[in-house]
Amino acid sequence: MSSVRDHVLDQYNSRVYKNRKEHVITIGEKESNEVVANTRTIPGIITQRGCCYAGCKGVVLGPIKDALIIVHGPIGCSYYAWGTRRHKAESDVRDGEEAKSYLEYCFSTDMQESDIVFGGEKKLKQAITEAVSIFNPPAIFICSTCPVGLIGDDIHAVAKWAEEEYGIKCIGFSCEGYKGVSQSAGHHIANNQLIRYIIGTGDKKPKKQYSVNILGEYNIGGDGWEVERLLRRCGIEVVSVFTGGTSVRDIKNAHLADLNLVQCHRSINYVADMMYEKYGIDWIKVNFIGTESCRKSLTEIGEYFGDEELKKRIQEVITDEILNNADEMQYLKSKLKGKTAALYVGGSRSHHYQTLLKDFGIRTVLAGYEFAHRDDYEGREVLPDIKPDADSKNIESITVEQDKKYYRVYLTDEQKAALVEKGVKLNYYEGMFKEMEEGSIITDDLNHFETEEFINILKPDVFFSGIKDKFVVQKGGTLCRQLHSYDYSGPYAGFQGAVSFGKDILMGLSTPAWGLVRAPWKKVPVLSATLGGEE
Amino acid sequence: MLDFTTNEIKERSALRVNPAKTCQPVGAMYAALGVHKCLPHSHGSQGCCAFHRMFLTRHFKDPAMASSSSFTEGASVFGGGSNLKVASKNIFDIYKPDIIAVHTTCLSETIGDDLNALITDIEIPEGKYMVHCNTPSYNGSHITGFSNMISGFINYLSVKTDKKSDKVCVFPGFVNPGDMREYKRLLTKLKVPFTMLPDTSGVMDSPMTGKFEMYPKGGTKIDDIKQLGECKNSIALGKFASEPSGEVLKRKCGVEPINLPLPMGVDATDKFIMTLQELSKEEVPSDIEEERGQLVDIMIDIHPYTYGKKVAIYGDPDTVLGIAAFALELGMIPKYMITGTPGGAFERLGKELLNRYAMEDCVVKVESDLFELHQWMKNDPVDLMIGGTHGKAVARAEGIPLVRMGFPIIDRYIHSYQPLVGYRGAIRMAELITNAIMDYQDSHCDEKDLEMVM
Repeated sequence: MSSVRDHVLDQYNSRVYKNRKEHVITIGEKESNEVVANTRTIPGIITQRGCCYAGCKGVVLGPIKDALIIVHGPIGCSYYAWGTRRHKAESDVRDGEEAKSYLEYCFSTDMQESDIVFGGEKKLKQAITEAVSIFNPPAIFICSTCPVGLIGDDIHAVAKWAEEEYGIKCIGFSCEGYKGVSQSAGHHIANNQLIRYIIGTGDKKPKKQYSVNILGEYNIGGDGWEVERLLRRCGIEVVSVFTGGTSVRDIKNAHLADLNLVQCHRSINYVADMMYEKYGIDWIKVNFIGTESCRKSLTEIGEYFGDEELKKRIQEVITDEILNNADEMQYLKSKLKGKTAALYVGGSRSHHYQTLLKDFGIRTVLAGYEFAHRDDYEGREVLPDIKPDADSKNIESITVEQDKKYYRVYLTDEQKAALVEKGVKLNYYEGMFKEMEEGSIITDDLNHFETEEFINILKPDVFFSGIKDKFVVQKGGTLCRQLHSYDYSGPYAGFQGAVSFGKDILMGLSTPAWGLVRAPWKKVPVLSATLGGEE
Repeated sequence: MLDFTTNEIKERSALRVNPAKTCQPVGAMYAALGVHKCLPHSHGSQGCCAFHRMFLTRHFKDPAMASSSSFTEGASVFGGGSNLKVASKNIFDIYKPDIIAVHTTCLSETIGDDLNALITDIEIPEGKYMVHCNTPSYNGSHITGFSNMISGFINYLSVKTDKKSDKVCVFPGFVNPGDMREYKRLLTKLKVPFTMLPDTSGVMDSPMTGKFEMYPKGGTKIDDIKQLGECKNSIALGKFASEPSGEVLKRKCGVEPINLPLPMGVDATDKFIMTLQELSKEEVPSDIEEERGQLVDIMIDIHPYTYGKKVAIYGDPDTVLGIAAFALELGMIPKYMITGTPGGAFERLGKELLNRYAMEDCVVKVESDLFELHQWMKNDPVDLMIGGTHGKAVARAEGIPLVRMGFPIIDRYIHSYQPLVGYRGAIRMAELITNAIMDYQDSHCDEKDLEMVM
């Protein structure tokens, strides 16, 4: 298979080749599957990556429904993040406390030339004043865009002013688009401020005996709601979700949960780590995508709490959910078995969906991440080997100390050791590689050229990617399903979600139009001739 | 839905809520896609390019190919010159366009990158081109960016000459490929030789062939842009998206512009056809006259459903004015006309339209937003909204129909293939509007009042 990789990379000029050869590998080709990730995209290469702002506002903060997010900058940045990511949410009341949803609204300071020249702080303050007067939000987040950092507006000072002036929570996020090398920097910046200013500020204790936070679940298409439903069925309380469908109201109590479940490792691992340091809360890496991985994740949660009754209930729920969907899953598998797939998504779905594809007998021939780090590919054991470069050094990394009031240890060292015996790994993510077959191709920061080339050679039945790729790939005759937005379908999480996913793939592959691409006159010769003497 | 929007209107001077515009670069990217074998290039951080490609793709449901200078913090401090240099080499090497059309972003504008100087320093392969325009996001809107990119092509490529041809340069306005196809059909029917800049038909509505083409068949040819100086006239369709380009072509090459509104509805299309007739000295073909007659016939047929209906129209200035003109011809009341794009002419032209039909109590506002529009609607309701996708929550909150026209429409399919311009486009608008009103009646009337025949 390595010839496939070489065939594609050999077409580059030497400078690009030198860079890309470190990002594209074939699993099993070398002794260690090492990949370079989280480095700059070469200018001019058509990358699918976005910016720091997209990772901070778009991914991590955007779903927090009761925070009114003012994007400080020219109009575009806020406009493009308006309702475009399918992180569903609705206003709700919990223990008598309401969390309203501002997600239908788009707020911006709509900076004009004079604001760039003379500074935008005055306008930002005025915008906050107007937001408070009209919308009366419990919290305001300020997100910076590129020019704000360049002209030196101090959004954090403005946030402090707003807190004093209006008695609300106001937090600044310096997530200028040029920071870092991708959305990843924005995740980190958002994580830092959440742990600094929100987590740990509430005191509503969970009511149930066992409680968790779900980290890195953004409720795309309602995934988070489905996972919450499953956990509730098992009798586990969900204190907060980071950040799909959630609220400041809930996140501020996150430190009172017993365990953190990490779905998307890339975007939220900083919060998981810092909560472990500060509050002693362990985290386990879960994956609620796919029936087998869902079963494994729920079982491990039961093992963590160690309560026999809870474990029994969890197994009952799993059995019931699997049985409920068994016929459909079997049918779908009979149709999809033997197909191949390629995945190129953000920082975790390329891994998560491989397990769901396996449920159907679909093999992954290529996978890559848009903005992951090496640990997302190779596992957290490589963390000590990752040397920070100039770009990552620019992103603040904060350290936290044990919280005097709330730090607590849930499991003793002996209990933890017993868990490890059972195969439950605490505070660890194994990465994508270990589950992948030898010979599969890995492409970090997959670009347009490589997408086309690899698809031509590997000919997967379906390519999972985003909107910018979708029609490129489909024009070439290969089904492309968006795994960022689920093509406006979903939820795909949980046991029922697996069925929806399978149906969507089958629908995509079976659509009659694929058979109509060639016009009939292209299949017959234009001229018909007769031989001499024939009538 | 939109529960925080109340009828109590409070003065806002800084907070933009639910905008009716976006930023310049996306318009520049769209314009550049309308030049054959052109790769638009965003000189800024990756996010801009990603957002704009995403947005155009969601509107057209077709690939929007473009590259980025991928600024990092270093480039933002030291300038993006080397980024652009590396980018241009890689783009010509790997993606092989004939021309790269660079537009700036608020990032590269704020740090003051001098694109003229940077491009002069770049080694461009023989027979290839690199052009640019400035599109600071903190100025104007996507409409401004669209027209700036067109001007960029003219500034770099078009040559002043004494040689004159019969050709006319057509600036189409910020419209869909379906509209551009309709222009071309009408120009051909009226026997007016033309170059249209840009022309996104055949690019953003390209067919399924089983093979992805990075540069589909469509788009204005570079040679044709070079020869724009030979045109006897230009026709600039739309005050905001096209007139500035007409001015640039006049300044650079002395081509006299004819400024017209977007040919939407009867009167504006009549003006367009009359202009073409004057240019070609050809009689208007009978089938065009037949289309016009069909349109007017339809307008009379449907008037019981459209007459007196109040409508809120929002979106891009030229498009809003065009829709409003047709709505008035249908006997509707354009109660509110708003755009987010700045430019005082919008209010003046809107009021002129209203005066022509002696309409009172209607509001025309520039630099407005959908939050403000919604608040007005709470105080003084309308029957119908016309505009892009972003008004759907307002329509749902108020329980009224929304007819999707303009940019962006990211929650429906096929719209970009069909025209709104010309008589045919007006027939389509009439059908969309009438169906929305009649579907609403069917789904909302008392059961006993459900009509079999309407």
